[in-house]
Amino acid sequence: MNSMTVPGQPLEAWIDGIGFIAPGLPSWSIAREVLRGERGFETASTVLPVPSLLPAAERRRASRLIKLSLGLGLEAVAHAGADASTLATVFTASGADGHNCHALCEQLASDDRQISPTRFHNSVHNAAAGYWGIATGSMAPCQVISAFDASFGAGLLDALAQVVCEDRSVLLIAYDSEYPEPLHAQRSIPDCGGVALLLGVRRSATSLASIRVAPSMGTTDVLAAPGLEALRRQIPALRALPLLQRLANAQAGTVCLDCLPPMHLTLAIQPC
Amino acid sequence: MSPLQISAFTLTTCLGRGLDVTREVLRSERSGLTPCRFETVELDTWIGEVAGVDEQILPEALRHYDCRNNRLTLMGLETDGFAQRVREAIERYGPTRVGVFLGTSTAGILQTEQAYRRREPATGALPDDFNYRSTHNAFSLAEFTREYFGLQGMAMAISTACSSSAKVFAAAARQLAIGSIDAAIVGGVDSLCLTTLYGFASLQLSSSQPCRPYDAARNGISIGEGAAFALLERPSDPGPGSVQLLGVGESSDAYHMSAPHPQGLGARMAMEAALRSASLTVDDIDYINLHGTATLANDAAEGLAVAALFGDRVSCNSTKGATGHTLGAAGAVEAVICALALTDGRVPGSPGTRTPDPAIPIRYQIRGGEARVLRILSNSFGFGGSNCSLVLGAVE
Repeated sequence: MNSMTVPGQPLEAWIDGIGFIAPGLPSWSIAREVLRGERGFETASTVLPVPSLLPAAERRRASRLIKLSLGLGLEAVAHAGADASTLATVFTASGADGHNCHALCEQLASDDRQISPTRFHNSVHNAAAGYWGIATGSMAPCQVISAFDASFGAGLLDALAQVVCEDRSVLLIAYDSEYPEPLHAQRSIPDCGGVALLLGVRRSATSLASIRVAPSMGTTDVLAAPGLEALRRQIPALRALPLLQRLANAQAGTVCLDCLPPMHLTLAIQPC
Repeated sequence: MSPLQISAFTLTTCLGRGLDVTREVLRSERSGLTPCRFETVELDTWIGEVAGVDEQILPEALRHYDCRNNRLTLMGLETDGFAQRVREAIERYGPTRVGVFLGTSTAGILQTEQAYRRREPATGALPDDFNYRSTHNAFSLAEFTREYFGLQGMAMAISTACSSSAKVFAAAARQLAIGSIDAAIVGGVDSLCLTTLYGFASLQLSSSQPCRPYDAARNGISIGEGAAFALLERPSDPGPGSVQLLGVGESSDAYHMSAPHPQGLGARMAMEAALRSASLTVDDIDYINLHGTATLANDAAEGLAVAALFGDRVSCNSTKGATGHTLGAAGAVEAVICALALTDGRVPGSPGTRTPDPAIPIRYQIRGGEARVLRILSNSFGFGGSNCSLVLGAVE
């Protein structure tokens, strides 16, 4: 950690690349058009990219969650023209792989408890991060966070702290996926969705905007369009949508993102 | 990084509840491991089970958090006067300025495993008393802790399998360095459950005997449970003998989901990064608390990495023969064991280990004893290739 960091330093960074996947919004370029009002939004099942970067064995074992997180991260990296193999990462998600968890709990409740070793190692909360490392070869630090509905905010706080304290670019990947029944009744995330932000220390040729973040007790922003607002509420990672709407429209200003009541996050956004 | 004060710490494991009993058992070099009789588990393995977890009663207003993991969380917080020290910090700084950073691998998933045995036959629904958010979810222990102390600021769970509660120190240290908080409750809590007991068995990584870290005849882990906490603050006039976090190093193996990089490359990078972060060199380290799970692959890979960096000059061992592998709590459990070593001027022994593996050329210390220890490195490595090393030191 940079010993030059002093208390009182703001949490700020440059956004160099964005990845986005959500129901009806398969990429940032499409989401950007929708958020600019240039294209209508129609909800549809989330389309997940094929994880072609993974070796064949891992590709076969890749769950929806792995495809989602890899797709998000790689889109942001490509958008920024960055090199994934050197990037530090922060993964943040409300939960791990819901389908895998259901299968394990079902089997552990049966007479045959001999669970599959692959299912077991895929059950860890950092499975997506592990597959990311294998796919990209990045040996850089990788943090993996959960804060239930506040997971995007918690991930953003640690990613920005790394940018400031460690003086390095950080790829933040926030993602969530659904649980099947019966857990779905308790955790009703409808489908896969998430956002990736490549956060840089200094302004670069690909920088889209600067952001400065501070915990606050403000009132959180919502989206005017009901379909998009539903996504923001249903998928914790998409609590980032008010920020993304500003970024899509290259619109300066502040937004307050829902985080961990009574604490929320106020972001000052300055497009490049 | 600038050193941070570890102004209070505590741990509860199968060795007992709190620092005094842990100190006493570590001195006697006994193991807390026992044959597995947990729940309905039928496996030929040994475990490190904490006594009295199920007697813990959560406060009425927080009863929806009730599960083995949060009972163990409460038990840990209310040990060694730790909760009182937290309340004093909240008094000093205010409820928005004390952060919560807790590591876990499985949180309260035992609650879900048990609920799946009680599904409504007709619909398959889970029982009404089951609460996913406040028991199973990885954040549950951090949210419980935040509410227990009436905190209003940042809180997060870190879940990187067996490095989880080492990596909480990294996340908290950054926020303290920037000054977005003034104090942090860091720690880890993991409790016994079927997923990990049957899961490690499925990978043939658990031993049918008490685990034997770094032994030539080691054949797997003994799963344990535990709760360990530390209160981190920026130092103000630290007295001699006080314990500090001096450095943190993180890396990724980028190699395999459940096997370490065979040459321990990721482990080595984490140790190097921790030394760099502490502005120290290998010669400044007096003792290394190894990850030392007692699997063939882990100890071989970590041993190669330690040998490559430190040769056989530094005394090192693993305390998992005493506590078992407490998984997501291991980083914090072992950080507290290191804090005890710094406070007491005494390194722990390695119960279970009889003949250190001659193929691993490090100074593996089977017996503990008094020693001049001012700076300690502690290693934690997890599934998915997640590595974290901490450097702790005593103020001279």
